[in-house]
Amino acid sequence: MRSIALGYLALLLLAPVAMIFYRTFEHGLTPVWNSVTAPNAQHAFWLSLEIVAIAVPLNTAFGVGMALLLERGRFWGKGLLGVLIDLPFAISPVVVGLALVLVYGRTGWFGNWLAGHGIQVIFSVPGMVLATAVVSLPFVARETIPVLRELGTDSEQAAETLGASAWQTFWRVTLPGIRWGVVYGVVLTTARALGEFGAVSIVSGRIEGQTQTLPLYVQDRFENFDSTGAYTAAVVLALLALATLLAMNLLTRHTRRRTPV
Amino acid sequence: MRRRRLPRAGARGQGALGKGLLGIYLTALVLLPIAALLAKSSSGGTSAFWREISSPEALAAIKLTLAASAIVVVINAIFGTIIAWVLVRDDFPGKRVVNALIDLPFALPTIVAGLVLLALYGKGSPVGINVAFTRAAVGLALLFVTLPFVVRSVQPVLLELDFSMEEAAASLGARPLTVLRRIVLPSLLPAIISGVALSFARALGEFGSLVLITGNLPFKTEVGSVYIFGQIQNDSLPAAAAVSVALLVVALVVLGVLSFVSQRQSRHVL
Repeated sequence: MRSIALGYLALLLLAPVAMIFYRTFEHGLTPVWNSVTAPNAQHAFWLSLEIVAIAVPLNTAFGVGMALLLERGRFWGKGLLGVLIDLPFAISPVVVGLALVLVYGRTGWFGNWLAGHGIQVIFSVPGMVLATAVVSLPFVARETIPVLRELGTDSEQAAETLGASAWQTFWRVTLPGIRWGVVYGVVLTTARALGEFGAVSIVSGRIEGQTQTLPLYVQDRFENFDSTGAYTAAVVLALLALATLLAMNLLTRHTRRRTPV
Repeated sequence: MRRRRLPRAGARGQGALGKGLLGIYLTALVLLPIAALLAKSSSGGTSAFWREISSPEALAAIKLTLAASAIVVVINAIFGTIIAWVLVRDDFPGKRVVNALIDLPFALPTIVAGLVLLALYGKGSPVGINVAFTRAAVGLALLFVTLPFVVRSVQPVLLELDFSMEEAAASLGARPLTVLRRIVLPSLLPAIISGVALSFARALGEFGSLVLITGNLPFKTEVGSVYIFGQIQNDSLPAAAAVSVALLVVALVVLGVLSFVSQRQSRHVL
């Protein structure tokens, strides 16, 4: 049993990932350094970070707010709302991109209005932020809801009895209680946002040095037969993924929940 | 345990403002795009919708997507359960590292997943296996990205599973295979089904890991999401929207069945 399991993992997971590190460094460090410092690579890297820096805080605020609403609120259609929030996981990233183009693109629902106000969403950074936010939308709420449920309402009620306002109760009682769940959700959101490919590929127009994120840059380099460039960018992303795994493992000690999607 | 509600969850004014913001965000990101997608796919009426999804290329892509996803989840069910079993019941040095690495396909960007597989199993492969631009590549990429689902849904159930049942069965003379078939597998089945459903839904929409390794050859290795991508590039949005809606419906049905099954089993995973 053990050899079957480990053999399968080695063939499917470990060997390929190890191989990409080998391929990256097989011609020494100079080409790697040149690839890392190439202007388009640098631009792609910083653009990816910029998008993450906008999309992740927005999704975190949304996720915590939605978790509070779903777990503490009582209203009609709550079940439906829960399904709606998870919807981005059921949709292909390509379909997310298409749906956004149909609303915010030149020929989309808001196309004329946006153009009239000089706002370009599709084929520019705002659209890429939107696409990234959609595909990573459910994580924070998903991770926060069970923690919120486990926390219960006793201490919140105590705070309220003692005269705390709703705002104070949230910052001083609720948030400290759920923080590890939120942080775990943020880690998953960040990893997903950094690596998003399909949705961003459609809404970005993939303009070199302008709307090219790091994952898009990997594809561009590969298709232009610059394998060192592609492998180097991929290794940077792989290292970020490994850092994510490490963070997830440190955090599960706090939350003792296993990874969902 | 009885759960009580806060009598006034969130002061009224702030609460209303917060709810409004949440609503706007959800509408802008999910509701409007989905509505626009549905509108576009049905803009030519039902007959146009059927014509789009039954065009030879679209049909071939949809069929390949369904078939590849189905094969992949069966392999996932078997190997995922074995891996979960080894991670829970077995003990070996480095087990914690292996356990952590299971999540790597979720953390790794999909385009990197495709490149990683291509580096080992593509042209110039050091092990002499070249699956690039074949249907095997579709399966390989899907296996990679969906690996964690079954493992992660079976693992917690296996952890809670009571040894004493198996011991009792064994002491009554049941052979190991009988214990596995009659005692262990029935208790794991809901978790396996749940992992399979999540894998299936993910495999249906997978895109990033496939673009480099499959070559996107129509009628051969082109899956649904790649077909949709191509139609968007050609500006045939109605075709893209129709196939999108078809895949979305399949994914929602699968996840709907899953939540029905898991509710009946009262074991929540989704």
